[in-house]
Amino acid sequence: MPDTDARVAVRKTYKLYIGGAFPRSESGRSYVVTDSRGGFLANAARASRKDARDAVSAARRAFPGWSSATAYNRGQVLYRVAELLEGRRAQFVSEIRAAEGISAAKAETFVDAAIDRWVWYAGWSDKIAQVRGSSNPVAGPYFNFSLPEPAGVVAVLAPQGPLLGFVSVVAPAIVTGNTVVAVASERYPLPAITLSEVLATSDVPAGVVNVLTGRVAEIAPWLASHMDVNAIDLTGAPSSMADDLAVAATGNLKRVVADVPSDWLATPSLDRILAYLETKTVWHPAAR
Amino acid sequence: MTVTLETGRDLRGFLHGLPGVDRVGAEARAAMLASRSIKTTAKQWALDLAISMIDLTTLEGQDTPGKVRALCAKGKQPDPADPTAPTVAAICVYPDLVRTAKRELENTGIKVASVATSFPSGRAGLDVKLADVRYAVAEGADEVDMVIDRGAFLAGNYDLVYSEIVAVKEACDSAGQNQAHLKVILETGELATYDNVRRASWLAMLAGADFIKTSTGKITPAATLPVTLIMLEAVRDFRDAHGRQVGVKPAGGIRTAKDAIRYLVLVNETAGEDWLDPDWFRLGASSLLNDLLMQRTRMKAGRYAGPDYFTVD
Amino acid sequence: MAKFEYAPAPESRSVVSIAESYGLFIDGKFTGTVDGRTFKTISPATEEVLAEVTEAGPADVDRAVQAARKAYEQTWSRMPGRDRAKYLFRIARVVQERSRELAVLESLDNGKPIRESRDVDIPLVAAHFFYHAGWADKLEFAGYGPDPRPLGVAGQVIPWNFPMLMLAWKIAPALACGNTVVLKPAETTPLTALAFAEICQQADLPPGVVNIVTGAGDTGRTLVEHPGVDKVAFTGSTEVGKQIARSCAISHKKNTLELGGKAANIVFEDAPIDQAVEGIVNGIFFNQGHVCCAGSRLLVQESVYDEVLASLRRRLRTLRLGDPLDKNTDVGAINSAAQLARIRELSDIGEAEGAQRWSPPCELPVRGFWFPPTIFTGVSQAHRIAREEIFGPVLSVLTFRTPGEAVEKANNTPYGLSAGVWTEKGSLILWMASQLRAGVVWANTFNRFDPASPFGGYKESGYGREGGRHGLEAYLDA
Repeated sequence: MPDTDARVAVRKTYKLYIGGAFPRSESGRSYVVTDSRGGFLANAARASRKDARDAVSAARRAFPGWSSATAYNRGQVLYRVAELLEGRRAQFVSEIRAAEGISAAKAETFVDAAIDRWVWYAGWSDKIAQVRGSSNPVAGPYFNFSLPEPAGVVAVLAPQGPLLGFVSVVAPAIVTGNTVVAVASERYPLPAITLSEVLATSDVPAGVVNVLTGRVAEIAPWLASHMDVNAIDLTGAPSSMADDLAVAATGNLKRVVADVPSDWLATPSLDRILAYLETKTVWHPAAR
Repeated sequence: MTVTLETGRDLRGFLHGLPGVDRVGAEARAAMLASRSIKTTAKQWALDLAISMIDLTTLEGQDTPGKVRALCAKGKQPDPADPTAPTVAAICVYPDLVRTAKRELENTGIKVASVATSFPSGRAGLDVKLADVRYAVAEGADEVDMVIDRGAFLAGNYDLVYSEIVAVKEACDSAGQNQAHLKVILETGELATYDNVRRASWLAMLAGADFIKTSTGKITPAATLPVTLIMLEAVRDFRDAHGRQVGVKPAGGIRTAKDAIRYLVLVNETAGEDWLDPDWFRLGASSLLNDLLMQRTRMKAGRYAGPDYFTVD
Repeated sequence: MAKFEYAPAPESRSVVSIAESYGLFIDGKFTGTVDGRTFKTISPATEEVLAEVTEAGPADVDRAVQAARKAYEQTWSRMPGRDRAKYLFRIARVVQERSRELAVLESLDNGKPIRESRDVDIPLVAAHFFYHAGWADKLEFAGYGPDPRPLGVAGQVIPWNFPMLMLAWKIAPALACGNTVVLKPAETTPLTALAFAEICQQADLPPGVVNIVTGAGDTGRTLVEHPGVDKVAFTGSTEVGKQIARSCAISHKKNTLELGGKAANIVFEDAPIDQAVEGIVNGIFFNQGHVCCAGSRLLVQESVYDEVLASLRRRLRTLRLGDPLDKNTDVGAINSAAQLARIRELSDIGEAEGAQRWSPPCELPVRGFWFPPTIFTGVSQAHRIAREEIFGPVLSVLTFRTPGEAVEKANNTPYGLSAGVWTEKGSLILWMASQLRAGVVWANTFNRFDPASPFGGYKESGYGREGGRHGLEAYLDA
């Protein structure tokens, strides 16, 4: 029996995040998300292939604006997201504890790492060109330079953890101007939606990040084969499907990322940033 | 810098020999001028001047004589609560409503401007476009706003664009009446580059334009500060070279008093104060008028007003 | 009287509150002097006294260096980069939050127009801290080895022309790389540095990481020569820069110097003329010409000389000189009586040398230090006004015939800080850029700065770069 003095909580609904809005799945389906002991946590939306299709369209629409923003501006926008994440620290900690059944101290470690990870990536926006670009000393009276440019729409199958892994696969794509369709962890999807709420209330333009929840095995093939997706991160793919997805991705020669770091807490390499960057090399004569 | 334009190569050579426009630099200059702070007495003066420069415009398929009469009434008496508010410069309508406007505006000093030449697209045979002009002039238009053939311009057929303007200018002269002033609409949004805007400005002026105008208002982008900056530089340089003053009219997308005042600053610091007069600078707008009146009222009354206190047309 | 008079549009002074007197900022607190004295800082526009400021004596400088050393060894060099980053992000944010106040303070103390301090100086200050915050935890990727270490305590001396921006250029990279600092602002412009000290307190920066010792030449010298300082950074005149270089040569201190210039702003016949004129104006009249990289020599191709000069004179007539706090002011006050005297002296020399002097009609306020925008035509390389840095709103105009000649004249100077090139022809831009002996080349623009863009000079304009990945080198043991 509920204690008649205890306040009845206002429970949160978890929907998809597409094009800056929070729609339910067009299929109307949901699935049950449980806590570490099998107890009911929430009904999360169960995204369909049409939701995935809509998310890719939204990401494509958002790409020209986001990729042509100055690097400084993107860095500012992402840093502000970190400020908002910091404000919601307690909420994330409690969501992760509920989902994984871990101690407060452990949950705090992961949440702090996720926020710091976001800050780390934000600071790359206006530096990656200096590390990755170059002027090239060609033999001839030409000025020749190479610049990194974002590839476009990136599909991401997030790893099967609640937050740190999600941040670690989404942030590196968007910092350089790509836009993302992310499929959250099937088992622990809720913090990803809470993160979407942060994105929706920040200065990140609508469509830059889109988040789908549901059966990864159902949605992944549609993203892997989508001809308007330029790259895909297969980290969260069910192992039985990984090869098939990689083959499907070759339909339009997507850039594929699949490596899983042994320790998500360790400082990342640049691989995930570089994976979604094209290199453009320009020649121009230099003569009077 | 006098120019003989006998062959296509001459006109092309001249226009392509004009100094280029650096986009980033031009936009930075326009942005800097837009940051000027115009307050108190300067603002009051600018608001009144802006009102007196408006070509109050209705160019809709659904225009009726009733709509035009209402617009003319508004132009004559912008603020019934304040008779000191200036009247507008002109009312701008389609040719078949010129007569209605003319009747309403008799003895007011407010001009009737008519669009013509198959506005807004300009895609028709020359005889159709000229007939359009002659009709508007015969109906009593004081001013004609024509569109250039953007297709011909972008295809590099400057001669064709030039000769059409010359022909329209001739058609503006109807026997027994004062010649209608010719405004030439460049449709800068379709010309795309500032280099093209500069060339089109010079082309129009060499062909006899009395005014160069940015836009039809039917596409975006319409008027912008940088585009108007380029056109103001062009009329300034043209007067230096040829001794003839040509007016400038930005049209479309000018909605707030703040925008309007920015345009006046642009005129002041680019072409100069000779252009700060309704005879040489117009603002093509419709909803702008009420914002100017609201600002005007706020300055007098010391408090903010709301839309209920200003008339619709 | 002009048709369209812009009414006065003053930015309100009430947004900033200036204390009557300021001490030194050492070890996280404001403190009085041990062996120094006090002096006054004035507004160069009105000559009113703004505040009393402390001149640090040798014992004060020693305290500051000790505080920086302690903070370095016990706190800052042990702190992970991501935590240093967060302090720098905080500082950047506070600067943004207090931006209006800082802009007004800068204009009051320096004399520059509020439009510039509001739209250029202060936003760049925040940007420098943001940019360098992001490097603090990424140094292993910067190309200086897998674990580049800081140098220790940096002694930094900055000039009066962009007081807070020069502070940001010095402190942000130093802290990002793990160093602690003792900074001496210029004697005529200490106030924004003292406000910055407050900002460090608001950001909870550990005490001693940043120390501000106000004073004049003596304080600067004491700081540079202090044995506890591992690295010296100086921006200022070439004359003082050489003294510092000498001192550091003897003491073996790593040092970077950003000194004077006499940049050529080169306008070709196929330049976008209207924008080139803006670039000329911006090049020499922005910040009253108190810019080391100012385009103080206009090299204009003879074939377009008449057109460019006519356009330039016409443009100069629209420049508005006056109260720095008026939002419509384009040209503010000269920073000090001393600087005004120097500008006047060199301008008189220009006339005596036979160049023709011209200024637009300009009403100069009665009080304060003012000089009208001035151009000298008929100048050649043999003239002193073509060789010596005037550091004021004075442009020397020379001509050239060919690109080769432009390069030759542009490079014919012991300085090498910056240059401008105006032409619509890409290949010419790139060729000129490859030929000009200058650390910064601006093509179809001028006086553009960004924390990501390395800045610094060739030859007697100094050595070392500030900004960008290249700028980190100065503060790493690499």
